[in-house]
Amino acid sequence: MMPSMEFLVATGIGWIAACGIWLILRGRTFPVVLGLTVLGYAVNVFIFAMGRLWSNAPPIIGSGGQQIADPLPQALVLTAIVIGFATTGFVIELALRSRHESDTDHVDGKPDDGSEPRA
Amino acid sequence: MTMGLLDHLPALPVLLPSATAILLLLLGDHGGGEHNLHKRVLSSRVSIISALIGLVIAIQLFLQAADGNLMVYRMGEWPAPFGIVLVVDRLAAMLILLTSLVALPVLLYASGGWDGQGRYFHALFQFQLMGLNGAFATGDLFNLFVFFEVLLIASYVLMMHGLGRERLRVGVHYVVLNLAASALFLIGVALLYALTGTLNMADLALRVPLVEGPDAVVLQVAALTLLVVFGFKAALVPLSAWLPATYAASSAPVAALFAIMTKVGVYAIWRVHGVIFGAGAGPSANLVEPLLLPLAVATSVLAVLGALAAQTLPRLVAWLTVASVGTLLMALALFEAPAWSAAMYYMAHSTLTGAGLFLLIELVAAQRGEVGSRIEPSSPVAQPALLGLMLLLAAASSIGLPPLPGFIGKLMLLQASSDHAQAVMVWSVVLLVGFVTLLGLARAGSTLFWHVRSDLPSGASGASAPLVAATGILLALSVAMSVFAAPLQRYTQAAAAQLLDRGAYADAVLGEQGGAAARTTRPYTGATGAKP
Repeated sequence: MMPSMEFLVATGIGWIAACGIWLILRGRTFPVVLGLTVLGYAVNVFIFAMGRLWSNAPPIIGSGGQQIADPLPQALVLTAIVIGFATTGFVIELALRSRHESDTDHVDGKPDDGSEPRA
Repeated sequence: MTMGLLDHLPALPVLLPSATAILLLLLGDHGGGEHNLHKRVLSSRVSIISALIGLVIAIQLFLQAADGNLMVYRMGEWPAPFGIVLVVDRLAAMLILLTSLVALPVLLYASGGWDGQGRYFHALFQFQLMGLNGAFATGDLFNLFVFFEVLLIASYVLMMHGLGRERLRVGVHYVVLNLAASALFLIGVALLYALTGTLNMADLALRVPLVEGPDAVVLQVAALTLLVVFGFKAALVPLSAWLPATYAASSAPVAALFAIMTKVGVYAIWRVHGVIFGAGAGPSANLVEPLLLPLAVATSVLAVLGALAAQTLPRLVAWLTVASVGTLLMALALFEAPAWSAAMYYMAHSTLTGAGLFLLIELVAAQRGEVGSRIEPSSPVAQPALLGLMLLLAAASSIGLPPLPGFIGKLMLLQASSDHAQAVMVWSVVLLVGFVTLLGLARAGSTLFWHVRSDLPSGASGASAPLVAATGILLALSVAMSVFAAPLQRYTQAAAAQLLDRGAYADAVLGEQGGAAARTTRPYTGATGAKP
């Protein structure tokens, strides 16, 4: 039996979200930024799927009582993508700046030799 | 249809700061330094004049809301729930006014030098105001997310204004945590949409009671996801540890402005969990009632312990901000009109006092030489009488001593909770928190002003008049809340009653669809997600 579309999409979102969370919990800024991005992808697909998964449905009201794909989650996803893009750009710049100021890319500013951060 | 300027009033608190911010970006800002001085003075004047106009607009909105007008502004004349609406009721108008009242003195203070410590301070400040006002005015949950992001992005940069290693270190934490919270916000909103087919707050209040059975469980998961997000913004235990670190690392005017930012989280809990998932929500009625009160109590208690343990002044005030959020959410968690009225009064007081304290402690720290903001004996400050009296006033109000507004707010809360099942817990926690706040502030105050070491070189000069005036305005506003307590209390009582009246809200927003009797269709029902 073929797995259903819903099952595939749901497990896919779950797997990507899990990867994102694992990366966010890392100690260096680069994996954390990557994790936020990956988590953002999972959330975007999730929003999209909340309009239900239709096949062969027109994007907007057609004739008669035909099923239509819900356009609203698609609009929400666009907004979320734009905001996610902007914040990712910001957090990358912030991570670089932090690396420059503290000479380490550790999220708590700990030096690479494992000693306590300088005051 | 022709519309006068007054019809656009609910949109102006959002449009004005956004236009000002764009103008300030065009003016340009290359940071501090003498060669750039005239440009900075021009920027700060534009920013302050805009904040003044904003104050006039906010007062006008407040007066209209006080008459019981529920102002609904349909973006692009699209009928709700299909278009985005801005809805200004008494609570929203009060918070927009409060934002203006905090913003103006803080801008005056920042123009005394802080705005030159980095670039584009004024533009970012205006973007933050736009986000705050938008979040208070919007009647749509996804729009709330957008305004959250606007105010957060501005706050990321403002928080790191002035730079330095410590700000960047804390800033990375602040930004990453908020981005993770934003992801959760989107998940909660998407789930709500999936089950109700709407994100308009008035429409949600009508449809949430209709969701039953297994769907209702998923709907409640969505609402609780949103509680995590809003609880994080409001610094509700166990999500409160970020706040003291962040606020203490920020520059004083930014921390003072942030005093109102935590209130956005409280406001969102109010709208979503107090009203939409409130008493009339059918199977999901009063969803967070069993959770919110214990969490709010824990927030208050942990925060005053944090205040006792604080070793620097900014940390002390930041923990007191968290404690006030705890008291506020305790009142909210009682789910009754009198308690909500107390919460609104207390919210206004704690924001003004908190913002004033953040500015005041920087004035004090600047006069203590090397010791700065650490709570340790130092050389005497240059203006002990002036600063001491101001600190005494602010401290007495935070503790809740009569006749200051902190006392009136807490008294209103105690009265409102006296016949509630959890009255004993609320009474003992509110009084205990007041007492421990007294201990913490008395310890800090006596170290600052009495435990001085004359052997250290003093050499500190007094604070400049504009800085003292800006701080004084905030504290004076807080005292004015005591003077006008009776009319303010009438206002907050009416505001609480208006919040609980879901029918009138639906009539105002969804008038064209039949108001409270509107039967807008849910697009998906049943297990298969088939169309009805």
